[in-house]
Amino acid sequence: MTIDSVRGAPDTPGLAEPELVQLLTPEGERVEHPDYPLDLSAEEVRDLYRDLVTVRRIDLEAVALTRQGELGLWASLLGQEAAQIGSGRALGEHDMVFPTYREHAVAWCRGVEPVRLLGMFRGVNHGGWDPAEHKFHLYTIVIGSQTLHATGYAMGVQRDGVLGTPSAGATIAYFGDGATSQGDVNEAFVFSSVFNAPIVFFCQNNQWAISEPLEKQSRIPLYKRAQGYGFPGVRVDGNDVFACLAVTRKALENARTGQGPTLIEAFTYRMGAHTTTDDPTRYRLKAEEEAWKLKDPIERVKAYLVRGDLADQAFFDEVEAGAKQMAKELRAECLALPDPGPMSIFEHVYAERHPLMTEEQEQFAAYLASFEGEVSP
Amino acid sequence: MTPVSGTKQFNLPDVGEGLTEAEIVKWHVQVGDQVEVNQTIVEIETAKAIVELPCPFEGVVTELLVTEGQTVDVGVPIITVDVAGEGGAPAPAAPAVREEAVPAPDEPGIVSSEPKRQPVLVGYGVKEGATKRRPRKGSNGAQAPSAVPAAVTGTAAPAVPAPAVPAPARPQPVDNGLPLAKPPVRKMAKDLGVDLASITGTGPKGSITRDDVLAAGSAPAPVAAGAREERVTVKGVRKATAAAVSGSAFTAPHVTEFLQVDVTRTMDAVRRLRELPDFADVKVSPLLLVARALLTAVARNPMVNAAWADGPSGAEIVVKRYVNLGIAAATERGLIVPKIKDAQDLTLPGLARALNELTAKARAGKASPADLSDGTITITNVGVFGVDAGTPIITPGEAAILAFGQIRDLPWVHEGELAIRKVTTLSLSFDHRIIDGELGSLVLRDVGAMLEDPLRMLAWG
Repeated sequence: MTIDSVRGAPDTPGLAEPELVQLLTPEGERVEHPDYPLDLSAEEVRDLYRDLVTVRRIDLEAVALTRQGELGLWASLLGQEAAQIGSGRALGEHDMVFPTYREHAVAWCRGVEPVRLLGMFRGVNHGGWDPAEHKFHLYTIVIGSQTLHATGYAMGVQRDGVLGTPSAGATIAYFGDGATSQGDVNEAFVFSSVFNAPIVFFCQNNQWAISEPLEKQSRIPLYKRAQGYGFPGVRVDGNDVFACLAVTRKALENARTGQGPTLIEAFTYRMGAHTTTDDPTRYRLKAEEEAWKLKDPIERVKAYLVRGDLADQAFFDEVEAGAKQMAKELRAECLALPDPGPMSIFEHVYAERHPLMTEEQEQFAAYLASFEGEVSP
Repeated sequence: MTPVSGTKQFNLPDVGEGLTEAEIVKWHVQVGDQVEVNQTIVEIETAKAIVELPCPFEGVVTELLVTEGQTVDVGVPIITVDVAGEGGAPAPAAPAVREEAVPAPDEPGIVSSEPKRQPVLVGYGVKEGATKRRPRKGSNGAQAPSAVPAAVTGTAAPAVPAPAVPAPARPQPVDNGLPLAKPPVRKMAKDLGVDLASITGTGPKGSITRDDVLAAGSAPAPVAAGAREERVTVKGVRKATAAAVSGSAFTAPHVTEFLQVDVTRTMDAVRRLRELPDFADVKVSPLLLVARALLTAVARNPMVNAAWADGPSGAEIVVKRYVNLGIAAATERGLIVPKIKDAQDLTLPGLARALNELTAKARAGKASPADLSDGTITITNVGVFGVDAGTPIITPGEAAILAFGQIRDLPWVHEGELAIRKVTTLSLSFDHRIIDGELGSLVLRDVGAMLEDPLRMLAWG
C-alpha cells in the first residue's frame, strides 16, 4: 500500500492543495506573506515557545491523570498547540471566546488556570471558571452549538454600538472540521453573514472527526465554504504559530471595526486520539501520523530560535523545567479538587433565584438534615 | 488488603467511560524496579482499545498483584509501589491525605476492599450490596418512609413528593420456595447446568451471586476425581474467529466443490524457481503457485472476487477489480488471515516476498488491523496439517475460499499409464448467492489446470 494518499500532505504532487498562509516553515525558516506582515521580537517568540511547550505538557499530564482514573475523560490537543496559541495570543482584552471542549491552550491564553479545566472532566463541577471574568465561555460538548451562541453574542456587541471604538470586542468561535457538517454551524454562518456580525469562525481542521476523515465532510476545502455565505475565508498552516497569530489578528481587527465575519481554517492534525476513550489505530494509518510529525508546531519554533541565535540551551532547559513543575502542581491540584456538596446543584442552574427553586432548595436541605451525622452542604 | 504504610496501590482505572474490566496484556515493570510518576507500567486491553497505563506514584515496585492474561475488574489493585523513603517524592500531598482519610465509598484511587462493584454508565460503578446511607435521625432503621414529606413542608399535602425516600428496610425476601437470584445469574446457572436450589447464597439477603454459581459450577463433580472436562474461556482471536465463521456460515449459503489434481509439474516448477536468482532471498513453496493460479483464475472469472452487499436499492453484488488475497495462517494466537493487498499487480517474486512477510508477521502476532482487513478472496493451506481436503468457511465479505490439501505420492493414470505422481486435492467453497455451480466449477477447473501444467499460467496470465 502506498502512502500517497496521506491526508493533507500539501507537497504531494498531483494533489491540488489550495494555498496555505505560512510564515514559518516546518524547518523553522521564516517566510513572508504580502497580506500578513508580522514583526515579533525575540522575546515574543520565546514567549510563544514557552506557551506551546507548557500547554503540551499540561495536556500530557491530563491524559496521564485520565489513564490513572483521576479524570473520567480528556480531549487531547496534541498537535494543535500552534493553532490555539497563535489564535489565543491574537485576542484582545475585549474579545470573547466560545470554545469547544479541546481549547485548553486558548484557555491558557485567557488566564484560566489549568486546574480549572479539569473539574468537569473529573466530574466535580460543570465548568470551573467564570466566563465573564476570563472572556472565555464554558466548554461546549455539543458539536457546533457554540457557533450560534457566539453569533448571538457578537450581534449583541454590534447592537451595543461599540464597533470601531477602542472598547470594541470581537467574538471568536472555535470548532472542528466535523462541526462544519452540523446545521448549527451553517446557521451561524448565515446569521453572521447577513447581519455582518463581528465574529471570527476559527475552524481547527485536524483532519478527523473522531474516526471520520475530512473527505467525508466536504468536497471542497473548508475555508472555501465562506464564499458561499458571503464572507472571506482563509486557510492558514495550523501548525505555524506565527501564521495563526497574524491571520487571527487581522480577522479580529476586521470584526472589531465592523467589517464582518471571517472564516479561518487552521490546517492541522490531531496527533492523539479523539478523546482518551478512542483508539485511532483502528481507523487511520501510522504513516499519516508520521508524515504530520515532521510538521510539529513546537519543533519549528525551536529550530527558528536556534537558527537565529535567539535562545540558548539554558532557555530551553528552563522552559522544560517550568512545564514539568507546572504539570506536577497540576497533578496535586487535581487530586485536591473538592467533591461538590449536594446543595451546589441549586447554585448555577438559574441566573437569578425564583420562588420554586427556593422552596425546593429548602426541602432538600431539610431532607439532608433529617439524617444523622454531618454533611457538607 | 490495605497496603502497609509507605506503600501505595494503584487500582485498575476505568480508562474508557464506563468500562468494567480489562485484560492485563503486558507488564512493563518488575518487582524491584524504580518507577517514576507517569512511567508506563502496564498495557491493558479493554473492550475498546489497548492502552498503556502510567504510574501515579514514584517509588519501588514491591508487588504485581495480577498476572498477564488475567481479566481484572475496574477498581481492583494491580500493583503495589513502595513510596517510603522518597523524601522529595512527587507523590503529591493530596493523595496522601486521601489515603489517611477514611475512604469514602466512591473515592477512586483508594484501595477498595472486598465488595464488588456493579457496572454503571460512567465511572467506577456502585458497590454491590454496600450502599452506604447514614441512618435517619430518630429512626432505628425500620420506620415507615411516609413521615418525611410532612416533616419537611409542614403541610398535609406536599405538592412535591420528597425525593428519594426509599423504605429504610427493603422488603424481606418472600419465601416462596424459590432461591433469590438476579435474572442474569439465573441464566448463567442454567447455562452451566447448576441447580440454584442446591446453592446457599452469599449475596445480600441471602441471594445467589455470580460467584456462588461459578463456585458451584466449578466444584469437582462427585463422579470423577480428575477433571473430565475443561472450560476454556472464549476470547481474543478465538472469539473473533467464532463470530466470523458462524456469521459467514449462516448468512452465505456455502457450496463446496472438490478436484484432485496431478501437481507433479508444479512441484518441478517450484524446484526450478528456487534456483533462479530472482528468488534467491525468498522461500518458494507450492502455495506460491497456488496463489498465482488463483489470481489468474480471478482475472479470467472476475465474479468470483466479489462481495454481497446491501445497497440503497436492495442487495448488490460488488465485483472487486483488485485482489486482496487472504492467506489463512495458523498462529499461536489462533487463526489469522493476513491479506496481500493488490496482489494482482505483484510479480511472482513480489508475491513470494509478500507471502513470506505477511505470514511471518501474523505468526509473530505483529499483523496490523490494516493487514487483516479488506480481503477479497482467501486461500487456506490445510495441507500443512496433513489432510487432503476440507469444506472451508468463506471469510465474511468475500465470495470464495480455496483450500489446498496435502501433496501426496499416489498412483495416477498419466499419459495412458499407471504412474506414481504428486497429487493434491483442491476444494473451493463459494457463496451461492453470488456464484453458481457453473462459475464455481470453472474457477476450480482453471486453478487445477494451471497447477497440472504451470505453463498455462503464462498462457492465461
